Amino acid sequence: MTTTLLLVQALNGLQFGLILFLIAAGLTLVFGVMDFINLAHGVQYMVGAYLVAAFASWTGSFGTALLLALPAALAFGLLLEVLVFRHLYDRDHLDQVLATFGIILFLNQGVKFVWGAAPLNVPVPEVLSGSVEIADGLLYPVYRLAIIAAGLGVAALLYGLVSHTRIGMLVRAGATNAPMVSALGVNIRRLFMVVFGFGAMLAGFAGAMVAPILSVEPGMGDNILILAFVVIVIGGIGSVRGAFLAAILVGLVDTVGRSFAPNLLRLVLDPAAASQSGRALAPMMIYILMAAILFFRPSGLFPVKR
Amino acid sequence: MSDWVASTPAPAPALRPRLNPVPVALFALLALAPVFAALSGAEGYVLSLLTRVMIFGIAALSLDLILGYGALVSFGHAAFLGIGAYAVGILASHGIEDALIQVPVALLASAAFALVTGAISLRTKGVYFIMITLAFGQMLFFLATSLAAYGGDDGLTLPARSTLAGFALLRSDRALYAATLLALLGVYALCTAVVNSRFGRVLRGAKENAVRMEAIGFHPFGYQLVAYALSGMIAGLAGCLLANQAEFVSPAFMTWQRSGELIFMVILGGLASLHGAILGAAAFLLLEEFLPEILHTAAFLASDDVRARLAENWKMVFGPLLILVVLFVRGGIMGLLGQRHHG
Repeated sequence: MTTTLLLVQALNGLQFGLILFLIAAGLTLVFGVMDFINLAHGVQYMVGAYLVAAFASWTGSFGTALLLALPAALAFGLLLEVLVFRHLYDRDHLDQVLATFGIILFLNQGVKFVWGAAPLNVPVPEVLSGSVEIADGLLYPVYRLAIIAAGLGVAALLYGLVSHTRIGMLVRAGATNAPMVSALGVNIRRLFMVVFGFGAMLAGFAGAMVAPILSVEPGMGDNILILAFVVIVIGGIGSVRGAFLAAILVGLVDTVGRSFAPNLLRLVLDPAAASQSGRALAPMMIYILMAAILFFRPSGLFPVKR
Repeated sequence: MSDWVASTPAPAPALRPRLNPVPVALFALLALAPVFAALSGAEGYVLSLLTRVMIFGIAALSLDLILGYGALVSFGHAAFLGIGAYAVGILASHGIEDALIQVPVALLASAAFALVTGAISLRTKGVYFIMITLAFGQMLFFLATSLAAYGGDDGLTLPARSTLAGFALLRSDRALYAATLLALLGVYALCTAVVNSRFGRVLRGAKENAVRMEAIGFHPFGYQLVAYALSGMIAGLAGCLLANQAEFVSPAFMTWQRSGELIFMVILGGLASLHGAILGAAAFLLLEEFLPEILHTAAFLASDDVRARLAENWKMVFGPLLILVVLFVRGGIMGLLGQRHHG
């Protein structure tokens, strides 16, 4: 019983971790390459979810909606870049935190204005609905497996892009020393714009993928943004590989911790106290993990060498 | 080494050569406000709004102390508001309603939390510091939501406001207003003294260039940690007052958005000017309170439906306003008033 439960929770953790990775990848690149703190990355995830919800109710097909939502999320990210972000690259982190905080306020209210405050539901696509038996008597929803597959696919794609293409090389070089890359004749502003748009699209993709399993509502990006920051800080800012490993780690620790912390504590405490403190401890675990990692490695697990 | 430096103090540059008119006017206005409130016909509303303004003024002041003078961007400062508020709430729910016990407990708890988390956070620099303070704030937020005995997510209502040495002095809104004003004055005086002291100059030196400070024999870590703890305690005091003002305590006091708002108040007022932080808190809260009204009035040509929607969606104006302030108003309100900050 506990092994199957552990397996299910591990799969859930993996799925959550991969969603976190999709968000964190863009965030860590924007952070690493441009030295830019983008709090508005969470609302880009929310916008992705809303876009897919809107397109799905318009076209009636999740697949088409996803295909429409991706370029729309990209365009939206580029629009934000032109309107706000490019004016902030030369400012200090504090100004960036505040201005992007303003974008959060605007967009959280903005989606309420356009789509109403009530959560939207996106149906799970017909092909991917239902469950599949992955072990003896253990059913797991196909759609969640599809998220895992999509997340791993994007991770592989990103790995290829970042390590084996010219633009990936420029991105890596930019994360190490942006002024030097600029001095070598690369249009760094255009590179920033590409990275930014791509990151926004990845966040939008994550939002679109979770839309059928979570409720699409204003403010849905706020808490996941903080988790994405935890991920990139644990992984080391600017490192996609670090973000990947940290995202899986955070996803597993959070999901598995929530279901097993009370059980583990029961070994040392009496049941009532164990379930009480387990419930208190579970949501704090990833933050404890982060504080512990930063205590021993103040620049994360895979710091980008500068 | 530092003993030698202490025994031969350099003549302090005259940081405040004359009485600054801004804080004088500010405190005079706050002292006179109850009179106007009584005349306005909505005394309870005006007093409670201004009390909130002053409470967040105290919290913003505490943040300005480390953010403006130490460049320590704490993104978890609302946690201290929560500690102060929960100290009052938890003690009150156990029948201990006296501020003479509640406030010291709140201050001690804030100091302890600040010393532990500060000692870890200050090992990191820059962005990592922002993020680790955020993480500690989130930890406390989730701890509060899991306190089922004290209301969990929903928070808990205070049975009554705190007593003072057994007397129910804070029962009336006027008395709470006066107490908050006194607290604000005291905190302002304390912070002014701190930033102008030798301690404050070391803190500012470490902000400018930590390596040079080390080279001339100071260890910035200790100074920064003490400043962080002091700042946390002041924010904890604000939390005690906030619990009394709202007569309610909930995890919503310490969301990360609240920490972001505190940073915004400090920037809006103008970094490193102390009274700027109070002005920033006032501007923020008053804007939040009256922006729906202002929008409703400003769109007097539009139809009633549009005006109502505008007032309802005031945050869509507030957000861009925030961005515009960051982009174009450098130095915040104090910058607009033509007062350059020192340090």
